[in-house]
Order: sequence, then C-alpha cells, then structure tokens
Amino acid sequence: MAKYLLLKHYRGAPAAVNDVPMEHWTPEEISAHVQYMNDFAARLQETGEFVDAQALAPGGTFVRYDGEGRPPVTDGPFAETKDLVAGWMVIDVEGYERAVELAGELSAAPGAGGKPIHEWLELRPFLGTPPTITE
Amino acid sequence: MTSPVDEGLLRSLTPGVLGVLVRRGADFATAEDAVQDALVEAVRVWPDDPPRDPRGWLITVAWRRFLDAARADTARRRREDLVDQEPEPGPAAAADDTLLLYFLCAHPSLTPSSAVALTLRAVGGLTTRQIARAYLVPEAAVAQRISRAKRTVSGVRFDRPGDVATVLRVLYLVFNEGYSGDVDLAAEAIRLTRQLATAIDHPEVAGLLALMLLHHARSASRTAPDGGLVPLAEQDRGRWDTGLIAEGVRVLQTALSRDRLGEFQAQAAIAALHADAPTAEETDWVQIVEWYDELAALTDSPVVRLNRAVAVGEADGPRAGLAALAALDASLPRHTAVAAYLHERDGDLATAATLYAEAAHQAQTLAERDHLTRRAARLNARLSGRGVAPERTS
Repeated sequence: MAKYLLLKHYRGAPAAVNDVPMEHWTPEEISAHVQYMNDFAARLQETGEFVDAQALAPGGTFVRYDGEGRPPVTDGPFAETKDLVAGWMVIDVEGYERAVELAGELSAAPGAGGKPIHEWLELRPFLGTPPTITE
Repeated sequence: MTSPVDEGLLRSLTPGVLGVLVRRGADFATAEDAVQDALVEAVRVWPDDPPRDPRGWLITVAWRRFLDAARADTARRRREDLVDQEPEPGPAAAADDTLLLYFLCAHPSLTPSSAVALTLRAVGGLTTRQIARAYLVPEAAVAQRISRAKRTVSGVRFDRPGDVATVLRVLYLVFNEGYSGDVDLAAEAIRLTRQLATAIDHPEVAGLLALMLLHHARSASRTAPDGGLVPLAEQDRGRWDTGLIAEGVRVLQTALSRDRLGEFQAQAAIAALHADAPTAEETDWVQIVEWYDELAALTDSPVVRLNRAVAVGEADGPRAGLAALAALDASLPRHTAVAAYLHERDGDLATAATLYAEAAHQAQTLAERDHLTRRAARLNARLSGRGVAPERTS
C-alpha cells in the first residue's frame, strides 16, 4: 500500500480545460460540484482507501523565528504568491496506477455548464517506511 | 483467584477456531465476527474462570454466537440445519482448520492490502485498531477493507487446498512493510509463519521463516539512536541476535536439504551468508553472487539484478559492479543509489557525491533519503577540504 496526496491548487497549476471561476457558475452547478466531491470521498471511504481530506482558507501568514527572546516575525498574506494550495485529499491505495485513476476521477468534477472541469491535480507520493529486507 | 488472560495463547487459537466454524458450514463473514465476540468474552470470563480446554471453550462460545447471528438472519432455516452437524474434529483436523484460514485470507481474489488486513485479523487475532495503527490509516478504512474482503471470500469453497505461494506473499508483506506502532509486525509475521510451518510441510514456508528470522536478528542494529538507517556494512554485529540466527540457519538447512529451491530459500541463503560473516570485510561475496544468480533464475526480478550488481561490486571490484549495473534499466528504484556507492568505492568521490544527492531526491522513504543526503554531505565536505565527520560505527 502507498499513500498519496492529491493536491488542489487555487493558483499554480496549469489552467483547467473548463476554466470558469466558481463565482460565475449557477448555484445548481456549485451544488452539483460539491455533491460530486462528497460522493467521491464517500466512495473512497467505502473501499477503505480514504485517509483524510481538508480544505484550506486562501489567506496564509508567513512566520519565522527572529532570534532569542524576540517574538516570531509574521508577514503576508502575499496576493502575488504564485502557488496557492486550496486543499488536499490523502489516499492509501494499492499503487501508483490506482492513484492516477482516482486523481483523474476527482478532476472530472463538474463545473460551469455541468461539464467536467478537467482541473490539474497534483499527485505526490508520501515518503514511506523503509522495507526490512533490502538486499 | 484472578490471573490475566494469555493473549498469545488466545491469538494462537484464533485461526483454528474460525477454521472449525467455516468447516462446519458457517459463512466466513458471520463466523469471523462470532470468533471476535468469543475472544472478547474470553478476556472477560477467563481471569475468574479459566477453562480446562481453552480451544474447546472458544469453539463452543463462537459457534453459539454464530448461531445467534444466523438465527437473526434471513437465511435462518438453512443455517439452523447446521446445528447438529459434525462432531468436534481431532488434533489432526486442527492443523487443517488453521491452514484453511490462511488460504482463505490470502485468496487470490483479494487485493494485497485486503489480504494483509484480513490475515492479521482472522489469522493473527489482531484488532482492527491495531492494524490501523500499524499502517497509519484510519480505523474506518481498515474496517472497510476487512468487511469487503470477507464478502469477497464468503463464497469461496474449500474442497481443495489453495496455493501456498499466495499465503507466503501476504506474510512477506506483513514482515516487510508497515510502520509497527504498538504491534511489532515483524514479530507477528514470524509468529504466523511459524504457525503455518507447523500446519504444512513445504520448503518455501521454511525458507520464508528462515529469511524472516535472519533479518529480524539484525533489527536492533539496523537503526541509529537518531532514527537513521545503518547500512549492513556499518552495523554493530555484536548486537545481532545469535539465537534467531542459529534458528534461521537450522530451518534453512533443513529446507535446502529437500532440494526444492525457491526464491525465499535463496534469499534466506544470502541473509545466512551475511549472518555468518564476523565482520563486513569477511563476507563471502563470491558465494552471495552465486545465490543472486540462482535467485535471478527463479524470479527474473530487476531488483534482484540490482542487488546482484552490488554483490558483484564487492566480489570483483567496483568496476565490475558498475559494468553489471550498466546492463540494467537506469529508472529502477535505487539504481542511482547503487551507482553512487560503486563510484565511491571506485574512488570517484565527485561523481559519487552528485549521484548520492540525486538518489536522495528519488528516495521513496524518509530514512533512505536522509541516509543518502548524509552520504552526499560527507563526500562534499571531503571534496571541499573541510573537516570529515567520522563514520558512524553503531
């Protein structure tokens, strides 16, 4: 088994095929999209492949250590940040092929006009536990 | 007088008890739940009232639970017909019942992860929570995998034995993969393989058991205090478990004497040669290369050929190792790491440092990435004339 992160970007991914911003969809199209995402997660729960899913607020703060006895420095949010993560889903699947298959399904979520968004999702493998037998 | 329940005993009885229920005609999914109920009941009752015959007690209670569940089921009449069937089987049948469970839980219709989860629960007697923790997934995910797996195998008939190779692959996965939280999966895999070896006489079962014992013997020396990987050549061999090694070698020799070589016996033979070397320098690499040749003939696995190139590098020098490596697909996992190591041995530190860094980026585990990064950093420090950190020795 292998864990993968399905990463959804607000910004930073190549443009989707059906690239209409959500605020220009009809309410029904938004509902259909949300329903599709929920059904997808429910189906993965049913197969025992679902680990976690979270959505992130877009506004983030950068924080860094500023030396002994001083409070951390904060900066941002930066409106011009090129890469902005919207959320993720963690799956635990048999292998890479299955992960690609599922990412493809998720990318087919309906958007404007009820048509698939064809959104680019980033698929990242987790670094796993080393096997015992290596030689 | 209250005494704690022997969990080891309880878990060793689990597969046999479940096997009896299935043999009596109980459907697997319901029977497995019934056995889990009986185990919970045993933990509750046995401290104050230990049974004379623990196995008989578990069978009686589990069978009663199964009948209760069956009565509540729509298929009521068909199952109630089973009540008076079949006397309790004797000790010979007990081994068969255990075996039947192994085959069922490793059935080829299951995905590897389902087979692993089902084996750990139905044969190993682990709880869903323990399995979930061992694989760092939610308990609900494991529960789903188990219930789906049970549905998949419920219709399987057991009129003929399955293929033992499928069982061995599952046990190998349990041993080799998994995070091992509160359950030591390696120890559990050894227990299950040992139990299988008493139920079936097969040289590859013995080969896998020997392989596990010989690798488990090194477990204390495989990890540094900071959690880093310690490669075989740098391990403190004084910390290897000589008892496990002796047992592994004994089991392997008996298996090899049957003259039916298989991949697990060949892998165990390689592990035995490493175990036999008092220091890394004294390793019999020539013999190890010969075993890799045997293994390559048995499995034709690219990973085996990669490991063979490492062995050739030790037996005939790094140039020979690099030549063997050049014949292999460069996209294989660990190919770059092996190349880095062979170049380092060959004295080409600049190339080695670059390749180690590249290999670190390709690593599939955190421990491996950190290990390769350290190697690159050490060589880079030497190349730039900065102080050299001493090799870690333990």
